[in-house]
This record gives sequence, C-alpha cells and structure tokens, in this order.
Amino acid sequence: MTALLDIRDLHIALPEGSQRPYAVEAADLQLAPNEILCVVGESGSGKSLTARAVMGLLPKPHVRIAQGSVDFLGEDLTSASDARLRQIRGSEISMIFQEPMTALNPVMTIGNQIDEVFRFHAKMPGSERRERAVALLADVHLPDPAQIVRAYPHELSGGQRQRAMIAMALALDPKILIADEPTTALDVTTQAQILKLIKEMQAAHNTGVLFITHDFGVVADIADRVAVMQNGLVVETGPADQVLKAPQHPYTKSLMAAVPSLTPRPARQRSDETVLQIKDLNKTYRSGGGFFGLGGKARNVKAASEVTLDLRRGETLGIVGESGSGKSTVARCIVRLNDADSGEILLDGVDLRPLGRAAMRPYRAKIQMVFQDPYASLNPRTRVGKVIAQGPMIQGMGAAEAEAKARELLGIVGLDERAFDRFPHEFSGGQRQRIGVARALALEPEVLVADEPVSALDVSIQDQILKLLDEIRERMNLSMVFITHDLRVAAQVCDRLAVMRYGEVVEEGPTAAVFADPQDDYTKALLDAVPGKSWLPGETVAAQ
Amino acid sequence: MASFWKLYRRNYSAVLGLVILALVIVVAFAAPLMYPDDPFRLAGKSMSPPGEAGFLLGSDSLGRDVAAGIAHGAKTSLLIGLLATLVAVVAGVFMGALAGYYGGWVDDLLMRTTEMFQTIPSFIFAILLVAIMKPSIESIVIAIAVVSWPAVARLVRGEFLSLKNREFVQAGHTLGMSDARIILAEILPNCLSPIIVIGSLMVATAILIESGLAFLGLGDPNIMSWGFQIGAGRTLLRSAWWVCTFPGIAILITVLAINLVGEGLNDALNPRLRERS
Repeated sequence: MTALLDIRDLHIALPEGSQRPYAVEAADLQLAPNEILCVVGESGSGKSLTARAVMGLLPKPHVRIAQGSVDFLGEDLTSASDARLRQIRGSEISMIFQEPMTALNPVMTIGNQIDEVFRFHAKMPGSERRERAVALLADVHLPDPAQIVRAYPHELSGGQRQRAMIAMALALDPKILIADEPTTALDVTTQAQILKLIKEMQAAHNTGVLFITHDFGVVADIADRVAVMQNGLVVETGPADQVLKAPQHPYTKSLMAAVPSLTPRPARQRSDETVLQIKDLNKTYRSGGGFFGLGGKARNVKAASEVTLDLRRGETLGIVGESGSGKSTVARCIVRLNDADSGEILLDGVDLRPLGRAAMRPYRAKIQMVFQDPYASLNPRTRVGKVIAQGPMIQGMGAAEAEAKARELLGIVGLDERAFDRFPHEFSGGQRQRIGVARALALEPEVLVADEPVSALDVSIQDQILKLLDEIRERMNLSMVFITHDLRVAAQVCDRLAVMRYGEVVEEGPTAAVFADPQDDYTKALLDAVPGKSWLPGETVAAQ
Repeated sequence: MASFWKLYRRNYSAVLGLVILALVIVVAFAAPLMYPDDPFRLAGKSMSPPGEAGFLLGSDSLGRDVAAGIAHGAKTSLLIGLLATLVAVVAGVFMGALAGYYGGWVDDLLMRTTEMFQTIPSFIFAILLVAIMKPSIESIVIAIAVVSWPAVARLVRGEFLSLKNREFVQAGHTLGMSDARIILAEILPNCLSPIIVIGSLMVATAILIESGLAFLGLGDPNIMSWGFQIGAGRTLLRSAWWVCTFPGIAILITVLAINLVGEGLNDALNPRLRERS
C-alpha cells in the first residue's frame, strides 16, 4: 500500500540560542490510509512540531523546516505555496487540538463554524450546508444536533466540544486527520468515549490518523502503529503490538516502565490512630449576583455534600474523581483555603473548621499542601531558599535555623544545595515540584494534602515524584491525602481510596478492594475507562 | 539587570528617548549654573529675536530671557511630574491592592469611589482643585495626583485579581502568612512591571497638565515653568513667535521622550507582548 503521508529526513530548525539546533531531526514517518499512527513522546520531544510541520503551521519565521520532505500523495508540502496549503488544510488534511475551548471561536455558533469549512472549500447552497452540519453532529453522537448547531462553544461540555471539533475536522472527508493530544484535557470517561469515536470515524471514512500523545495507555487503546520520539529523534517505530509487547529502544522501555500500573500496591498495616477526621463536610459555591448583589441570577453548585472521611497515621488516602467531582474542594477545605459551610474537620481531635485566621495559624504547620501546577505554585520573584525557609520563619523559627533546614530539605527532595540561591524559573517542572514538596515539609506537618501533584508532569518525572512522596511518607511517618483523577496514579500511592462524584463520596475502601470489586456503578465506569487497561505493564508483571 | 538592558536596547527609539530625557535632566540640574540669575529678572531689551542682544532664544515682552526660563522650567516640570506621579502611584497601588485582594464590599466601595473620580473630566477637575487650594507647587502636585490615581488603582486591582488565586499565593496562605505579607511580599513584586510602565507614562501626562495649568495662570507664581512662558507669550504669537515656540518645543520633546522610555520599558518588561509584532 502506498503511503498517504511520507515524511522523510525532516529537520525542523529552532531559532539560534535555543537548547538544541533542531526541534526535530531526521524524522522518517509514514502514514498509510486507514491507519492510526501514534506519535508518543514527552514534552519537548518534537512530536507536536512534527504534526504542525505537516499542516504548514510552524510558528514562522523563528521555527522552520531546514531539510527534508513531507510528501502528501506525491506532493511535497514543504515547497507548496501558502494558497495551496490553505486549500489542503481542512479539506484534505485536518486537525483537532488538545483544548477544544481555545480551538473553537467563542463568539460563533457551532453551526456557523462548521458552515465556514464548507463555504471555504466547497460550493453548495446554504440549506444543504446546514443539513450537512446537522448530519455531521449526529455522526459524532452529539445529543440533539439541531439544537447544538445553534449553541455557542461555552454552552457545551468539554467532551461535547471535542466531538464538535471532530465533526468539523471530518466535514470534508479529509484523507488525513491530525490529532494533537485530543483527549489530554478531558476526564477519563470522556476520554474513553472520544477515543472510541475517533476510531469509529477513522474506520468509517478510511482516514489516516496521525495521533500525538504522551500516554502509552491511549496508544494501547487505539494505535495501529507507533513512533516513539525523544529529543527530536524518532527512536523507534513499529506495529503497535510489537512496540508495546517487545520494545527495542531503551528509551521506549524506560517510558513504559514509568507508566504506573493499575495493580494496587500491596496493603500495609493500618495504624489505629486517627489523625484527621472529616465529618459531614458541606460546601456550596455561589456565583452570579452582579452589581451590588443586584440583578443576575445566582447559581449554586454543591461541591461537597456530607463528605465523611478519616485518615490514619502513616496512611495515604486517595480521593479520586473527575473534574467537578468536588475532590479539590475537599482538599482546599482541609487546608482551610476554602471555608466549608458546615461539618467538622478534626485534626488530632481539634475542629479546625470554625477557627479564625489567628487561631488557625498554629495549626497551619500541621497540615501542608503540595499544589498541582509547579509553574504557578512558586513565586517567580522569590529565591528557592527563601521559598522553603519562609514557612518556618513565619511560624517563629530563627532565620539561620530556617536556612539550615531549607538546605537540608533540598537534599532530602533530591536537589543540589546550590539551588538555594536560584530563582524558580531556572528549574524544570519536576524540580519545581520537588521544591514545592520541600516547602510543605519545612513545617514538619502531620498531614500532607497533595492536590494532583503529578498531573502536570511527564510520565518519567511523575514516577520520580511519586517515589519521592512515598519515600518521604515512610521517613517522616506522614499521613497523606492524595487527590488525583488518574486511577493508575492512585493505585501506585494510595492505601485507601475514596471515589467522589458530584460532591459525594460514592465509594470508599482499601485500594485493592476497590479495584478488585468495585461496588458503585460510577467506580466501575471509571475503572473501565482507564486507557490501555488491557495492556498496562502491571498486568504483564502480574502474569509473570 | 544586564538582561533587562539588553532587552531595552533592542528598541532604538526607546534608547533615543532615554538620551533626550537624560539631556533634559542635565539641563534641569545645570540651570542654576548656566543661568545663575532669577529667570524672572529683566535681562535686557524686550522682545529681542533669538540670537540678538545676547539672548540665545530671544526675550519676552518684559525682557526676560526665554532660554533661562526653559532651563529653570525644566526642573519645575520634571519635579512636578515625578512628585505627582509618585503620589498617584502610591495612592493607586494602595486602593487597587486592597480592592483586588479583599474583593467583596471593599472592592465595591473602592471601585465605585474610583469611578466617581473618573467621571469628572480630569483637566477641568485639576483646574477646579488648584483654584480652590490657591496655586502652589503642593496644590498642583495634589491636583494632578488626584486626577491620575484612578488609572493606577484599576490596573493594580486587575493584577491582584488574577494573582491572588495563583497557587503560590495560596501556598502563602497555607504557610500562615499574614495578609500584609502576602500583599507586599508575594503579590506586589509580581505586578511591578505594569506599574512601572504606567508610572513612566503618567510622568508625561503630569507634565502636560502642569503646563496647561500654568498656561491658564494657575501655576505657582514664584516658579518659572514652561506653561507659564507659553501663557505669557500667547498674545505675542504673531509679533514674537519665539516666546511661545521654544517652551512648546521643550514640552513636546520631553513628553515624547518620556513616552518612548515608557514604551521601551513596556517592551522590555513584558517580552511576550513584543513577540506579537
């Protein structure tokens, strides 16, 4: 079979002074019709730029194709004119993006945006265009397409927006669909549906799909062939089965080893001593109201409803759920970033909920938090040493002592002592997250609340941070509340799990028990939706 | 700092603005040396054209030296511009920070107050204030500051609104930091760039307002300023063009220079904006 897309010896040059001269170097990739090629790699591997080079969407003039060819059915796209590229984009090759909210125009209805595609590329009367648009939306299984045609992007959920994007991308039956991390911003259950949809659409239209992802689970679910990229080089290509079962390149092996398995960790002895107890916690968010509280209708969202949990000394309690489940709200109520409406938060028997700011201060040290986004959680204008030392200093420790402690903690979280005098922007995401952990540990807390601490990190870094957290918990006999949306991560670190949905805890129990025999339907659906669960390395390890 | 200068230097017109501004500052400081006498003193024949009777830039209807007036006026303009901006920035940051950080009724109260100030045309408001308070350096500085702070307050409020929910600020809360410390040590340093930029541009506006007030006779009567010179020469515009023209040019290039510097700062401090063009 002749290749639909034939990328040969592709070099993409970065502007002078960048970390490396080429973002992508000597890449060879072929895509056959009716095939899904997954390009896998960590951030900075050049996978997205490769996709953009095909579309002629590189950020000119800084980044350009220096060498090589991109043949689309015998036509070299690297030398095609802008006009020709415009013609190809959307009709022959189309693309879907990671964040459907930013990829759609917020002030145009979905119908009009699909209409645009037809108007640019095909001549047909308005009524026919409208009919086609409705039919397309029905094809991607959107409920009530006639209604959605008139809806604006913000009126749809994330999954629905991504469906609309796919409908738009497939409007003119393109030969190639480029999908750049299309499910990364979505919840697991939605992700599973979108992956199924892409596969279905691809089969129905014989489309070649170039699918960019960082997640081997997703690869296992949909790929026919796989290309693994590292630092701009394609290090391994091959049929999906072969690469997944018997990876050849050491980088591929290490990436796969870093993918957390779905096999829960062995249960540990549970302490009898309860550190933190949450009883009947309620939190409702109110929005709207407008000017001086006049006009506009107030909206109430129940983010936590009668949440009751307990945390024993030395254990890790995972709170899992999808976006909007209220898991972060519970975490924020525990550390008192949000005030719960009612209920009790008992730390060693003291109810923290009604405490005012001043009364709360001595207890602040006992509950600390690790944040999700390592790029936002450190003050860009504060030196790392001070970031770590200022907590103990606020709590009354002397400057010299706090500084010595900060230096010691840098060692504990695996950073060089020279980090002390540097600014956060000089560090990578993983290193910053280590700094964030050190800051939380500086106060010697009893309870560490980690809110999605690894979801912004690459898998290999994620693995390191999870190990670090585990190590620290052992060493300091910490109790941890671990918030995550990723069941694979939860399986790695949590002794017990609480599954949340719409602000309620629907199931709670030891991790192994929840995984082996989920009681609630929602838990079952979550477990079912884990990408690549039939392949996950845990299974192979368990089988051996 | 070195990298900041490197970014700033890429904008040639900003460098030019800085050079002109430096010249104006040098003239302001050197004025007592160049023209040791009182610039109000009658120095010779009235209405001498530039270059005649020992007047570099001519003399006005009372025989005052226009060049001496410009040199001494430079100090007035810069002083009032800087002082008024300083007062306005301090007041604006204070109000904006409180409004943005606390939100709720504090925000409502402060922002409605700000809006009340903004509804009055600023120059007319400044005239009114100076007329009530009697013209003097202090009253002019206060008047300019009063009409300028709302812009700073709104800017700072916006910055605080977006920064207060950032995770590093939340981390400050979980460490038990006081509000004052979070505002001053965590948030404020992160919104200095826009404040510096708006402040530099406000100096230029303040100089224009001061000149306008002096032109209308509302300047400090004991202090030479560019606006006063133009006001004094306006009736002679057809017979002695130099009396108005040279102070006017002085205002023009000073304001232009400060604007160029402000834009240069903006480009250098917000590199992402520059990439757009």
